Amino acid sequence: MINRHRLETLSEPVLEWVIRLCGISAIIFVFGIFFFVFREGADFLFRGLDLVEFFTSPEWYPTSVSHKRYGVLALIAGTASVTVLAMVIAVPFGLGAAIFVSEFCGPKLKETFKIIIELLAAIPSVVWGFIGLTIMNEMIIDLFNAPIGLTVLNGGIILALMSVPIIVSIGEDALKAVPDSYREAAEALGASRWQVIYRVLLPAAKNGLLAAVLLGVARAIGETMAVLMATGHAVKIPHSLLDSVRTLTATIAAELGEAPVHSDHYQVLFIIGVLLFSITFAVNLTADLVVKGIRQK
Amino acid sequence: MRDDDKKIEISNLRVTYGEKEALKGISLDVYENEILSIIGPAQSGKTTLLKVINRTIDLVPDAKVQGTAKVDGENVRDVKSVYQLRRKIGMVFPLPVGLPLSIYDNVAFAPRAAGIRNRKDLDAIVEHCLQQAALWDEVKDRLDSLGTRLSGGQQQRLTIARALSHQPEILCLDEFSIAVDPVTTMRIEDVLKELRSQVTIILVTNLVQQARRLADRTAFLLNGELIEIDINEVIFSDSPANQMTYDYVSGTFG
Amino acid sequence: MTGKQETVSLFKPKLGGADTGLQKELATGNESFFTTTPFDRKKRLTEIVAKSVLLLMTLLMVIPLILIVCYLLYKAFPVLSLDFLFTNPTRGMRAGGIWAALLGTMYLVVISLLVSAPIGVLAAIYLSEYAGDNWLTRIINLAVVNLAGVPSIVHALFGVGAFVLFARMGRSILAASLTLAIMTLPVIIAATNEALRAVPMAFREACWNVGATRWQTIRSIVLPNSISGILTGIILQVSRAAGETAPIMFTGAVFYKAISEGDPFAYGLFDQCMALSMHLFTISTQVPGVPEAVPYGTAVVLLGTVLLVNMLAIVLRMYLRSRKKW
Repeated sequence: MINRHRLETLSEPVLEWVIRLCGISAIIFVFGIFFFVFREGADFLFRGLDLVEFFTSPEWYPTSVSHKRYGVLALIAGTASVTVLAMVIAVPFGLGAAIFVSEFCGPKLKETFKIIIELLAAIPSVVWGFIGLTIMNEMIIDLFNAPIGLTVLNGGIILALMSVPIIVSIGEDALKAVPDSYREAAEALGASRWQVIYRVLLPAAKNGLLAAVLLGVARAIGETMAVLMATGHAVKIPHSLLDSVRTLTATIAAELGEAPVHSDHYQVLFIIGVLLFSITFAVNLTADLVVKGIRQK
Repeated sequence: MRDDDKKIEISNLRVTYGEKEALKGISLDVYENEILSIIGPAQSGKTTLLKVINRTIDLVPDAKVQGTAKVDGENVRDVKSVYQLRRKIGMVFPLPVGLPLSIYDNVAFAPRAAGIRNRKDLDAIVEHCLQQAALWDEVKDRLDSLGTRLSGGQQQRLTIARALSHQPEILCLDEFSIAVDPVTTMRIEDVLKELRSQVTIILVTNLVQQARRLADRTAFLLNGELIEIDINEVIFSDSPANQMTYDYVSGTFG
Repeated sequence: MTGKQETVSLFKPKLGGADTGLQKELATGNESFFTTTPFDRKKRLTEIVAKSVLLLMTLLMVIPLILIVCYLLYKAFPVLSLDFLFTNPTRGMRAGGIWAALLGTMYLVVISLLVSAPIGVLAAIYLSEYAGDNWLTRIINLAVVNLAGVPSIVHALFGVGAFVLFARMGRSILAASLTLAIMTLPVIIAATNEALRAVPMAFREACWNVGATRWQTIRSIVLPNSISGILTGIILQVSRAAGETAPIMFTGAVFYKAISEGDPFAYGLFDQCMALSMHLFTISTQVPGVPEAVPYGTAVVLLGTVLLVNMLAIVLRMYLRSRKKW
């Protein structure tokens, strides 16, 4: 019994420092990610990459023998097309479901739906990709008589299903945050439930719902395996929903394994990583600022 | 009066929460082994005063303290160990808080935090404190059940037992009777009367009659200012120094 | 037990009865007490339409989940057996089981958990118990949100740059696990933080008032009463880590590696390994001529693991919520 108490009192400052260190670890990691990804690509970024061509040329021929070209416009178009389609599907469904779960459900039903949504969010992206590759692929070929089902449509639907849980859960939080007194006041004035939602709740929860959508967008842009497997491998700007595309994320996943370490190709993939990091960082930051906006009001 | 046995000296104490001024520069002394009651309507800074004395004000974000508060002649801001300071002061707040531990562990919590591990010592402390708080007879057969499951009045006495468990020299009670029935209130008041020989008691209350029954001296706080402090015979007489005190005490306002 | 509880149980049925009766009266009040105007009827109609449309939308999300699971199970049925779990892939991954992948996933999950759980829980303790309301806290919260939002493939690039190359770990289980750990850290931080904040402030104040230090308060009151939420967070981390593919693809997971069957210690820390998620990707896109049921079987095992683990978290949460101490 060599005074356990004494030992504890002495070790507490040490412990507090460890806790503080862990507390700021998230900051360290975010900077670390940016630093290490940037570091791997920095050499080529400052030495040889033509940034104008990088952003404006749709020609992505990183392994061409005669004339290597590194234009990511087609890849950006691929990401954009799939993301936009996913949002067109997921935003109405996600917000609709959020409103339903938050305003029309009894507590039991609400709990059930929330559990299902949680499970939906837990499905690994590679399983989604597999579903796109098999089930959705066949369905699209049958329905549209298309030569191949691995298309923008396929990827968009898969991404929509993946983003919906985020939109629902964050959207529901935003609706829940509207004080009950608003609802009661509106109902006391004789408004129907739908009028309450349309005229009171939606305007009041506007920012939170916007944040929900933004986080859904961030998820869709950053998703890798599902789009890698479900959108085919065609580096081109899509002209219809039934065109195959390739996204920024899928390109990294598909080519990093084959690019020789520290080659130009390898470094360009890291530069794409920096680009992706910056895009999602900006979207997340905006979402955060939007949410903070409500709190200050 | 009795200058040499001042237990707490507060001089020119100002506390602000952001923009809001909770205490506007008050000065008062508390003597050893007296019961000082502090009366005043809500929002007059009574609770803030207690938080300054045991420095839990540090844990309130954006609170700013100016002026000095001394306990046993030592400025609370310069004490070596804030934990030792807090152990010297027992605190009971308006809403009873039974910790989600057994009744035994609730009372043994503070002694353990102070390093007492011996089971026999702990048993003695627990029994003594529960008896002091007039709770022992009701709970002695179920010391292992949860403190949070006791009734409100029992929890408040448990809180008092816990406040006594670290053998404080000063006991501060902040409107302890708010969540307690009148019978329990009377029992706790009896407990306080017995304790006055051992500890210094600061009794913050919104019940004027309670202050009159229990206290040796009474201070009247209003909107963060000290209106008057004097022995009970003066405060509750027909002619206290300040007309507002008379109005408040006689029930004209407040 | 106590008088209070008896009273509750005595009066509850009676109160409950009166309550629902009143509610019924109020609910039917529209029709029976007041005259219905056409305007009211239109209002009711829109409400019913809105409700059904929204219900439909919600169901459209829920039903696919159930259908997909059933379809996957149906397709995988031919290969599902214990043998499938405990034998290695054979004939160029066209036959046999998934043992090496299953074990690899366990290694990755356990090691990443060993790293991210302590850091995550301590980080949440910092945010909830120590951090003041200042700019540093705001930046930390922002960093947590952003860490959760970084695309998984960027985590993979980070893993390659930081662990595989810079720290010279090479492609190994260790490098892959560390990458996974950082990626799943926000899950644990968020869940733990929420659990800690659910412990009432009054408990902490009561402890501080009797002279307990911050850590004594955390250890004896805050942690024991938030352990359920913390465990939930840890379980969710497991499910997330088990399903991820991109972060491990270039940091430690390989297409194929034979290990001794039935030996749970077949991998070493600096070995490369197979992983379930990676295996599903490989056999469904990279290897021609795989019998249909094999990838479906792998998908079912992966999905089943993840959903089961999630369900465990949900059940645990409900069980512990039901026996809250205050």
